[in-house]
Order: sequence, then C-alpha cells, then structure tokens
Amino acid sequence: MDSVDKDKVTVIDATKIDTSKYKREVKREDDAASQLKSTGLLNTLVYAKDRAEKRDQNVILALVDQVVNWGRLCSIWPVTSGLACCAIEMMSMSMGHYDIARFGSEVFRATPRQSDLLFVAGTVSKRMAPRLKRLYEQMPEPKWVIAVGSCAISGGPFVDSYAVLTGVDKIIPVDIYVPGCPPRPEAWLYSMIQLRKLIKEEGVGITWGLDK
Amino acid sequence: MIFENIYEIIAFILNSAGILQYMQSYSDALGISIAPKLIIILIETALLLVGVALMVMALTWMERKVLAHAQARLGPMITWYHGLLQPVIDGVKLLSKEDLMPKRADRWIYFIAPMIAFVPALLVFIPIPFGRDGAIISDLPMGILYVMAVSAISPIGILIGGWASDNKYSLLGALRAVAQDISYEIPMVLTVIGIVLITGSLSLQDIVLFQDKIWFVFLQPLGFIIFLVAAVAEMARIPFDLHESESEFVAGFFTEYSGMKFAFFFLAEYAHLFSIAAIMTTLYFGGWHGPMIPMIPPIITSIGWFTLKVLVIIFFTMWLRATVPRVRVDQILDIGWKVMIPLALFNVFITGLLVAGGVL
Repeated sequence: MDSVDKDKVTVIDATKIDTSKYKREVKREDDAASQLKSTGLLNTLVYAKDRAEKRDQNVILALVDQVVNWGRLCSIWPVTSGLACCAIEMMSMSMGHYDIARFGSEVFRATPRQSDLLFVAGTVSKRMAPRLKRLYEQMPEPKWVIAVGSCAISGGPFVDSYAVLTGVDKIIPVDIYVPGCPPRPEAWLYSMIQLRKLIKEEGVGITWGLDK
Repeated sequence: MIFENIYEIIAFILNSAGILQYMQSYSDALGISIAPKLIIILIETALLLVGVALMVMALTWMERKVLAHAQARLGPMITWYHGLLQPVIDGVKLLSKEDLMPKRADRWIYFIAPMIAFVPALLVFIPIPFGRDGAIISDLPMGILYVMAVSAISPIGILIGGWASDNKYSLLGALRAVAQDISYEIPMVLTVIGIVLITGSLSLQDIVLFQDKIWFVFLQPLGFIIFLVAAVAEMARIPFDLHESESEFVAGFFTEYSGMKFAFFFLAEYAHLFSIAAIMTTLYFGGWHGPMIPMIPPIITSIGWFTLKVLVIIFFTMWLRATVPRVRVDQILDIGWKVMIPLALFNVFITGLLVAGGVL
C-alpha cells in the first residue's frame, strides 16, 4: 500500500470527503495548491506570520491574543477516549511517573463539550470511524487532535485489513502525529509540548523556528 | 467601636474618610436620600462576590494540588509558582471557548439553569458570621432556617439544566442528583434541630457565641457524624458524587454545557463546597472562636480562624476524594433513607431528653 506517504493520502482523500468546513484542512489544501514544495509546518508558520503581522498593527488585539493563547495552551483538557492499546500509555502519561498534570492537562473530561484536545489513541476501525468523527464534531471550537501510534497515523500493522481505516486524517484534521507502536509516554509529552508551540503560533507568537 | 455587621463597618470607613458626608449632601440635594445606602449595599455585594470567587479559585487550585500529591504526582507546575495561576488560566480558556447549545434544547431554561444553580450558593453566605465584631453581612434571626431553605433551591437549577439540554444522560444524571440532594437534606435539617434545641436560637451568631466554652462537635457527636455524611453528599464529593457520575452518565447533568455556562456550574459546585464547609464550621467547630493573638485586631484573627477551620474541612473532603471509590445510586439512597434519617431522629430524641432534663 502507498499509504505510508501521508501527505499524498491526505490530498487524495480531501477531494473525496467534504472537509471544507475545517479551517486547518483548508490550510493544508492551500499548501498543496501553492506549489511551494514545502512541508505543512513551514506553511503554517508563514501563515501565522502573515496573520501576526496584520495583528501587530493593532496593539490592543495583539495583547488580547497573547492572553487568550496563554490561557489555551496552559489548560488543554483532553477527552476521555481511548481506542486501543495506546490508551494504556495515555493512562501511564497521566499517572505519577510522567504526570501530564504539570502542563495543566490532567482534567480528562468525559464529555466532548468541555474538552479541547482529542487523542486518537489506537486503531480506528471502520465501524468506529463515524463515532470518532462525531466525537470530534461535538467538541466546541478551539480544538486540536493528536494522532498517536502508527495505527492512527497510517493503519500500522493492520494496513492491509479490510476493517481498519488507514490513517485517522482521512476523517478528521490532525495537528500532531506521534509515531510509535505504542509511543512511549515521553513521546506523548513531547507531542503535548509541540501542541503548545502550535497554539502559540496561532496568535502572535511566531518566534519559534522563523527567526533562525 | 462595636459594629453589628459589614454595612456599619463600610459606613464607618466611608464616614471617617469623609466620603459619606459628600454622598449624603449630594443625594439630599438631588432628592434621592436612599442613594448612599444603596451604594454601601453594592459595595457589600461586590465584597461578597469577590471573596467567594477568590475562595472558589483557590479551592480549584487546592483540589488539583491535593489530589496530585495524594497520588504521588506534582499537579499544575508551569503557571507561576506551583501553578498558582491555574484557575485564572482555566477561566480565560473557558471564556474564549465556543458556547454550544443543542439544537432542540429549551433555550431560556438552558440559559438560566447555571445561574439558578450558582446564585443560592452565594446567598447562603449572608447570615454566616465570618468573624467577631461584625464580620457578618446580616445577622438574620432565623439564620439557619434561611440557610437550609436557600441551599434547597440549587437542585432546581440542576434539574432544569438536565431537562433543558435534551440529552438522555443529562436528564438521568439530573434526576439522580436531585434524588440524592433531597434525600440528604432531610437528615441534615434534622441534625440541625438538635443544635437549635440546645441553643434555643436559630441565629447563627447566637449559635457561635454559645460555643464559647465547648464546641458542638463534643456535645453532639452522633449529630456531627450524620451531618458530616450528609454534607459530603450535599457537596457531591466523591463517595456520593452522583451529580457527575462519569462512569455511567457522561458527565451528569452538565453533559451538554460548554464554555462559560459550564464554568458557572463548576463555580456553583465549589461555592457550594465552601458554603457547606462554612456552615459546618459555624455549627460544630465553634465558628470564629480561637485563641486571639495580641497586637492584631480581633476581627482579623477571628476571620483567620474561621478560614482555617473551613480549609481543614475542605481538605478532609479532598482527601476523601483521593481515597475512596464511589457508592452505587441505590446504596446511596438506601443509606439516606434507612440509616441516616432514623439516626437523625434518634439524635433529636436524645437531645430533647437531655435538654428537658436540664443536662445540656
């Protein structure tokens, strides 16, 4: 299967599935269309820089943006949802040794209405995919998705199965991919730190990576 | 100077600063002589609101830290010193979150339910004496009756919140929560009758003054145990947290609430925790009584003692949450109706006998 190349898969499936209402998915289409031959991350940064330059002209709103981003990145509440064995590592991450609570994220809300982050932790079977998509759609707006484990990224060891979705980014937009089978809790924590950087970029914080 | 309540303290401060005279002369000239009174009452309200909000924020931080350290974790660490700004950050995030409303929800009732749940938890603080020499908003003659009556309103907010969200989990969770609240309010009121029998007064200030020599926790040990269990149930803390039964109903009655409306339910929960701990302190632990420290005004010392006792009780409930599992719904109602109420009636009987015999 050619599904290892995830950018290719994403572009192909974005034409099949109507994802036009997701802002970040639109951004990724721009990426493919603009023929920059660049990674999506760089495009995100350029986009953030444009927005930030516009916003810097307005001093008051820039300040508000900073405060709101600060609030969002220090209090990311995940949904209690685990699909397969990666969820065991998720529990390990929230317990004593690794302690995601240091970043203010130990509040696992059982309802998607009160949460900001969806961990796709494990194999997404085709029966589970509509439920997962619905769970994502039930979350209120500033929301992020982290796909954890090779199953959630590309189908992993089940890539030839008739029952398994090859990559969760076919149905919902994904912000961070964490490879591993399952990834260690350190990798999860690293993904949380990357997500915090991403949230910072959504506002005026563009210092990461661009000033090099 | 001896003050009756906070109103007089604020009036005295304004008077000695010379502001009150200006306000009175201006309002007399304009023909609205009630204006200074209204302004002082507004200041009082703002004080209460800010005090309770600060306390609630401190409690959310404390809960996360106590739970974390009980489980050998650290808790929030990155926001200022040991995560002290975490409640502020949660507030900012919840304010900027999308406010969803289910399509078939009952709009107005859905909108008003968090307020109905939150306001009674705030009103409860009116007759509670926070300290001596007038650190009380109003010393109502029927104080404890007022407290019980007002705190019985908040289940209505829970029930209509669960009803209006048009969600089966919300409705079932709300029904459970209200069943629990109602069944544990009865033993709570019955144990309070024992104290009222001894003091002969419903005023909370009188009840505190009566505990000058000995606290009621020693005079009413059975009543205290019943009150403690009923209070943990009323606060919806872990052994009895049917309000948010995560493993059965997604998040109880506020499953569909997001953003600031959810934050209001959250605030109401912690304000309720604070208010019930304050009532327990007033009734059983001598209120603001404690050794007075020289050189510090007694009003500040007594408020400090009151706050310390309240925090110890709240710490106990958090400890309980980190320790014990949850009880099933039928077991909770069984305990409430078959054990707690007969024991509370027995407590009233014994206390009545002792009071009639002149022992207490």
